[in-house]
Amino acid sequence: MTDKPLFSLRGESMIGRFDWLGVIDFFPQLGIGLCYTLLISVVGLLIGFVLGAIFGLGRLSKNKLFYSIASVYVEVIRGTPLLVQAIWVFFALPLIIEYNLASISAGIIVISVNSGAYIAEIVRGAVQSIEKGQMEAGRSLGLTHNQAMRYIIWPQAFKRMIPPLGNQFIISIKDTSLLSVILVPELMFQGRLVASNYFNAVEIYTTVAMFYLAITLTLSFVLRYVERRLNIQ
Amino acid sequence: MIKVRQLYKKFGDNEVLRGIDCEIKEKEVVCVIGPSGSGKSTFLRCLNLLETITSGEVIIDGENIMDPNIDINKIRTEVGMVFQQFNLFPHKNVMENIILAPMKVRKLSREEAIARGEKLLEKVGLSDKGRSYPQQLSGGQQQRVAIARALAMEPKLMLFDEPTSALDPELVGEVLAVMKQLAEEGMTMIVVTHEMGFAREVADRVLFMDHGLIVEEGTPEQIFTSPRSERTKEFLNKVL
Repeated sequence: MTDKPLFSLRGESMIGRFDWLGVIDFFPQLGIGLCYTLLISVVGLLIGFVLGAIFGLGRLSKNKLFYSIASVYVEVIRGTPLLVQAIWVFFALPLIIEYNLASISAGIIVISVNSGAYIAEIVRGAVQSIEKGQMEAGRSLGLTHNQAMRYIIWPQAFKRMIPPLGNQFIISIKDTSLLSVILVPELMFQGRLVASNYFNAVEIYTTVAMFYLAITLTLSFVLRYVERRLNIQ
Repeated sequence: MIKVRQLYKKFGDNEVLRGIDCEIKEKEVVCVIGPSGSGKSTFLRCLNLLETITSGEVIIDGENIMDPNIDINKIRTEVGMVFQQFNLFPHKNVMENIILAPMKVRKLSREEAIARGEKLLEKVGLSDKGRSYPQQLSGGQQQRVAIARALAMEPKLMLFDEPTSALDPELVGEVLAVMKQLAEEGMTMIVVTHEMGFAREVADRVLFMDHGLIVEEGTPEQIFTSPRSERTKEFLNKVL
């Protein structure tokens, strides 16, 4: 065995295989990917949150039609792989609607619709976790059902949603990497492009992983701060 | 003020109320006693439709609450309710708990509502707690806030559902004192309770319920000293 170090910055060791500093040359390209990843995550999760709130209420609704639509949505999305959903939206859906979707739009649709289904369940769970007595107290004071939801149930439920929402946000951000298969020019896509042209898979894919980790750790940190703030009252 | 006729309530096949008849006059304080599972709480909750009524008639202040055209929210504004578990809103401080419904339902301005809230907090002896959050208060204090919150709607009738059952024994007195004061001021009250001392001292009338029926009713003195029904005797022997 060689006594050369396993890890070095400019390939003098390990027969000069790994060029870690050389990765910096690809930062601009990876940066573009990072921007797309962030764009799709942010827009996708915003829309996902709206979908989740609507269909979460659907899952709580006494209206049978609304409830059924929401349930079918949640079950279908939760029960099929994201990769299949992405490929379906990008390659199959255009044949049905006879309109070609740009890969970025398709990506945003997939992330929105997918996260929306999970967020719907988060919303439902949080609202149902509020003690029944809270609604009763509100109603006994003469508030309408909607007023009681708005002023009493939602604010409490929202607080309980934050930890599972944070979890879902992190999952969805990582899931955007799957969109590389439908040619969304996000981080993973750029990484594959570079690695296949320059044969530096170890350096590039490690760097790509670090970029994802940087996003999710930042989000974790922000979420912990928000949770702490909300608990203080 | 309240007239109840042949009130039935079923949960599935389980018949919880089996034909309640009673009448409660204005300014009357009525205590409802009886073993657990006798339907006391369900009866109370039917009076402001927190439970749907299976059949029968309930007339509050001249309005039949079973009438499908009636605005139940309007009835509820006239009927205050205090719960065993207090049910204060944990995300709101004491004053916000009190002013929410007066502002949203009675359309009071914030200033008017707060003025009313301050008076009520003084009445329940918690003037300095307006900015506290429920979880910072003792059970007895929370229940007094809950009473103030219900009173802020200026109801004509107050329902108390075992208001001291969730309290540590040493905190029961402060809540009963507030309720007693309210009774003396002439509030119409229906109190489901296990506090026989309170029933004896404050009630104008006591209803004894068992198995979904009012078995016996009368003045506290009559019920506690010379109950007619065997069931009442048996129950009182156990709890007194």
